[in-house]
Amino acid sequence: MSTTTIPPVTAELEWNLPSRGQVAMYSLITAEAAIFTIFVVAYLFYMGKSLSGPMPSEVLTPPILYAVCLLSSSLTIHFAGKNLRDGNVRRFGAWWLLTIALGAIFLYGTASEWHRLIYKDGLTITTNLFGTTYYSLVGLHGFHVVMGLLGLTTVMVFTIFGMVQREHAERIDVLSLYWHFVDAVWVVVFTVVYVIGR
Amino acid sequence: MSTESIAWPSTAAGSRSFVETLHEWVTTVDHKRLGILYIIYALVFLVIGGIEATVIRIQLIRPHNDFVSPQVFNRLFTMHGTTMIFFVVMPVLFGFANYLIPLMIGARDMAFPRLNAFSFWMTAFGGLFLYFSVVGANGLYGAGNAPDVGWFAYAPLTSQTFSLGHSTDFWTLALLVSGFGSIGTAINIVATVLCMRCPGMTLAKMPLFAWLNLVMAGLVILAVSPLTAAQIMLLVDRYLGGHFFDTQAGGSAVIWMHFFWIFGHPEVYVLVLPAFAFASEIIPVFSRKPIFGYPVMVGATVAIGFISMSVWAHHMFTVGMGAAANTFFVISTMAIAVPTGIKIFNWLATMWGGKIEFKTPMLFCIAFLFQFLIAGLTGVMLGAAPFDWQLGNSYFVVAHFHYVIVGGIMFTLFGAFYYWFPKMSGKMYSETLGKLHFWLFVIGFHLTFDFMHIPGILGMPRRIYTYEPGRGWDTWNLIVTIGVFFQAAGILVFLGNLIWSYFRGELADNDPWDAWTLEWSAHSPPPAYNFALIPTVKSRRPLWDLKHPDDPDWKYE
Repeated sequence: MSTTTIPPVTAELEWNLPSRGQVAMYSLITAEAAIFTIFVVAYLFYMGKSLSGPMPSEVLTPPILYAVCLLSSSLTIHFAGKNLRDGNVRRFGAWWLLTIALGAIFLYGTASEWHRLIYKDGLTITTNLFGTTYYSLVGLHGFHVVMGLLGLTTVMVFTIFGMVQREHAERIDVLSLYWHFVDAVWVVVFTVVYVIGR
Repeated sequence: MSTESIAWPSTAAGSRSFVETLHEWVTTVDHKRLGILYIIYALVFLVIGGIEATVIRIQLIRPHNDFVSPQVFNRLFTMHGTTMIFFVVMPVLFGFANYLIPLMIGARDMAFPRLNAFSFWMTAFGGLFLYFSVVGANGLYGAGNAPDVGWFAYAPLTSQTFSLGHSTDFWTLALLVSGFGSIGTAINIVATVLCMRCPGMTLAKMPLFAWLNLVMAGLVILAVSPLTAAQIMLLVDRYLGGHFFDTQAGGSAVIWMHFFWIFGHPEVYVLVLPAFAFASEIIPVFSRKPIFGYPVMVGATVAIGFISMSVWAHHMFTVGMGAAANTFFVISTMAIAVPTGIKIFNWLATMWGGKIEFKTPMLFCIAFLFQFLIAGLTGVMLGAAPFDWQLGNSYFVVAHFHYVIVGGIMFTLFGAFYYWFPKMSGKMYSETLGKLHFWLFVIGFHLTFDFMHIPGILGMPRRIYTYEPGRGWDTWNLIVTIGVFFQAAGILVFLGNLIWSYFRGELADNDPWDAWTLEWSAHSPPPAYNFALIPTVKSRRPLWDLKHPDDPDWKYE
């Protein structure tokens, strides 16, 4: 069998490639952004096309406090990552826990809003086009918050058992990217649903 | 020079039981095994989808035929389209990408081997789920409940009112699940190409195969996600009583068309870019010349990627979108012919003055060049809105896109099968059978799809169950169906060749084609670790440099 030899690594070559975790997360975020784009387009397209009430202007109030909670969690997760890179695991844990708490408060906000809409205002996903698009878009975002929180909680458990160290900072940063994305999407959803759509 | 391979702890080769082998394959995370799983899976569905096509054509062989019932006919064309796109061409292309990209860029595996296995099994379960509808949703033949809403499943056909039972749900969920698999694979390909290249392989020195698959993966990420979103909306409509596509409650059927084709048109380029990738590897090797205009090829690929995101509504000229939208989509559709044309000229220029060897893979690629050109020309014709108003939804359209998918994609795919078969199996295929396959398939292809244009021009709509005699369609439909049997015979020769060569073929060299990319420096078939030592490259043709140390490529690039 004739063979072709493989050149060995001879010269010292300057060879740096991007981190595959970061690249993959940016790719995932691109895919997710495309999904959200379709839902946002559907929301905008169906704005004011409902044949019956309730209409957004009658039942929606912007949940500013909860939005502030979610957006500030981007800040806290940033501080958490910074502390981990500095090797300060305890402070990392504290900031991380705060991030989870803020995310959970946001979810509580969505839940109470939905409860009010369903039981007081009688708006469900079948009521009209507004209900269909509203619950789909906000629900899709809420689902992403839940997924993010599951990831964050997993890291928190590992942290409590002392399994997160400085060398994991890069992986933690990849997860943080996803959380930042979830927050950024909320800016869009908030603008579309509570500002333009009302 | 380095050693060829390192000793690998042999786990008592030859004495493994069937269950152990099966367990190894089911739990594998090796990119080569997953690639082969993808390919075999796709071949199984190719046979299924091919049988469906044959039954459709037998039904249409003469007027007033009743070979199958109208209900079964609807299911057949729906399943044929869905199967061929999602469970044949996409998996087989992912299979080749999986198998070849790490080998071509000098890596030991994909960036995320476990994600890779996850993606394959998602795709696999998607296909099984789609076909489970035949038994899972209300019984067998006749009473069966396979999806029957067409492969693009226009609203309101898919609403609860018009699609009773669960057949449409099977269709939606199958595509949703396999879509997750596709997105996972695409992310993996992007990460692999960007982050796993061996030292020296800058982006400008990557094989074109890697470049084209990188753009393909980017398109999958951008195009399959909207389909996922649309499928979620359809599920909301069907299960939760939503109104996205419910015109009774103010919803819109046209927006489903938009959402579907925002996926559907880039999807065509998802399928054709890997076909271009095969041609870009095979044509230079059998012309004994480096590819002509490498940077232009890369630029044209990226341009196709961008433009393909803005042409979707040329599938919807007959909807009545208004002059502005029609004009925009006509112009963008015409524009995409430019980078595609550049590619055709580059392949021709690669062959020009070359020492062409007419081996089976090259024959398929040459046929591809001619057929893809014609497919592109009818594409430009249909891209003109007034022409499309006349022939939209006719057999002319069916002939056009089969010219792209069979004449373009399938032909390079067959070329790729023959070209890389020695690498994947370690055996040579039979050149005689390969040529027989080629000629049977060329004759069958042209009988079927050349003549399919004519009943389209004469007004025969697509998807009709049967037709009246005396409209001038009869003879053409007869010829079209005769062509199918030539193609089927070609496919049987092809499968026979693969199986026979795998068990009885001659042993293949590591580098039977005297080729230039890194995969040919590994053993045939490559060991689990691919390369004993990670190679370093200095040019686009590392094996040329190695074989011709007196005149290496890197002096000129």
